[in-house]
Amino acid sequence: MMGPTSDNSWQYRALNAKNPGLDHLSNGLIALVKDGHDVMAGSADLKYSNGLNRFADAYPDRYISFGISEQNMVSVAAGIATTGVTPFIATFSSFLALLACEQIRMDIAYCAQPVRMVGHHTGISLGFYGTSHHATEDIGTLRSIADLDLVSPCDGAELEAVIRASATRDRPLYIRIGRGRDPVVYADGTHFEFGKARIHGLGEDLTIIACGITVHAALEAAEALGKKGRSVGVINMASIKPLDRDAILAAADVSKSGKLMTVEEHNVLGGLGAAVAEVIADEGRGIRLKRHGIYDEYSLIAPPTSLYAHYKLDGPGIASVAEDFMNQ
Amino acid sequence: MDEAPASATRTPAPAVDRYTPDQDTVVRLQERARAIRLEAIRLIGIAKTGHYSSVFSAAEIFAALYYDVMTLQRGNPGWAERDRFTIGKGHAAVGLFPIYADLGFFPKAWLDDYTRLGSPLGDHPDMRKVPGVDFSSGSIGHALSNAAGITLAQRWTGKDYRVFCMMGDGEMQEGQVWEAALFAAQYRLGKLIAIVDRNGYQLDGRVDDVMGIEPLTDKWRSFGWEVHTVDGHDVAAVTALLRRLRADDAREAPVCVIARTVKGKGVSYMETEPGWHLGWLDTPDEQAAIQEINSKVI
Repeated sequence: MMGPTSDNSWQYRALNAKNPGLDHLSNGLIALVKDGHDVMAGSADLKYSNGLNRFADAYPDRYISFGISEQNMVSVAAGIATTGVTPFIATFSSFLALLACEQIRMDIAYCAQPVRMVGHHTGISLGFYGTSHHATEDIGTLRSIADLDLVSPCDGAELEAVIRASATRDRPLYIRIGRGRDPVVYADGTHFEFGKARIHGLGEDLTIIACGITVHAALEAAEALGKKGRSVGVINMASIKPLDRDAILAAADVSKSGKLMTVEEHNVLGGLGAAVAEVIADEGRGIRLKRHGIYDEYSLIAPPTSLYAHYKLDGPGIASVAEDFMNQ
Repeated sequence: MDEAPASATRTPAPAVDRYTPDQDTVVRLQERARAIRLEAIRLIGIAKTGHYSSVFSAAEIFAALYYDVMTLQRGNPGWAERDRFTIGKGHAAVGLFPIYADLGFFPKAWLDDYTRLGSPLGDHPDMRKVPGVDFSSGSIGHALSNAAGITLAQRWTGKDYRVFCMMGDGEMQEGQVWEAALFAAQYRLGKLIAIVDRNGYQLDGRVDDVMGIEPLTDKWRSFGWEVHTVDGHDVAAVTALLRRLRADDAREAPVCVIARTVKGKGVSYMETEPGWHLGWLDTPDEQAAIQEINSKVI
């Protein structure tokens, strides 16, 4: 609604040339509007970072420019949702999930308002921007908030599938996504179901349960380990809440080594690994779980790809962690 | 409490510059405000602790809004065309619940179990539990943002309702209020009417001592809002002002009404003792408060 919005703007070209995955957010929302859903979208001064400028171009009256006011954005969106209009709000995960955490709990989750929050550039994907811009706590923080769904799609196609699936789900939702440079796992038109994991094989030696950008890396690792004669499967646990407990138990049942592994671009405390550990403990499976991720520390400064390699969150890194674990 | 007016839908008065309520209306609203105070005392007596004085400073404003100014349907709290009300000082909800019961939004018997195990009614209002609550509160500083969102959607959906938001004066210390103030002005939310209950006190003491907020009128005006001040206990003046503001369809700027009020208004020992933010009255004090409220017209 405010300011210049164009695919030709220098901000958008500069960002989108590197982050083509960003287009999927706007594409998903535009498709919802075309399907007749009364959607509004807004961002806190980051429409060129999340690609919502394209939605704003398409539907200027449906776009809300919030300025650098994340708490107000969350609470305004909750007010909008009371009227039957569905708001999507997007900003960096660190500012959405942490700066506006209490507004998320009070105004969206406690009030059960079906706002869709998109926390992008999550994990350590903002690299050398540093810890202020990293979000390795958002899963742990938001997972403990009642009545809030939390999903972590692994690429643009899965993000669009989440957006489509959300159209018939009248609950608050947090969508955790990367920076738009996620390697492609799924073809456009792929499906997503809340509470359902996508199982890419269950391993007798190890199943790696991953989410977000680590899904592609885990698949790479599984392939490399397979070539070494290991039986390694991968589960894409995009739906972190509600969690697919059956998929975890299925992996435990198949395991002959008695080992499972999780991998996430998140602190190993409180995130996907913790959620899986809770299921294993609840069910008394008594199997070993390697929770791989960021080990309760603040990230170094570096470009993201260097960080993924350093923290062993890329394909070779995950393979080496998995191999060490299997050899124990 | 007395029966609510027979008319199911109250239509606001025409937009006249000098609208004033007639004497019958004034008397009726004064009685409503008295009933709000008395019911707050009764309910807090059940809970054994509560925010008497926060209700008492807002009683005339509550009465004016719900019994005269706002467009509502008795017995139909979910009516899509209704005016909305959000409250940042959610701890005054014990003054709203008797109104909602009286308007038929939920059974009056609910009041008798105020705060007891499983009751929908607690110290703060919960929209998922209490019909009539347009937005939950309890965390100070959110309500203006919630109201701004509702107002934006009101325009988008082509409805004709207004959105009222009451905030405490201590609430002005929350940064989010000023984020919302920028937002409402930027989006020209002229159908958003904020009311600041300027009773001068917060939990730790005088607002001006704890963290001063003046010059408050200048602050709101500089944020692009139309600002009015009113004696918040002059129910005729409050009603006249809010009705005029509600009826002004041409206004693009959001409005802030700074209501000068007295914390604990109506009970002299609360008016003069600033410690009365949160508490409980034992029987003699309670009887004295009831007697005083019944004995005079505010």
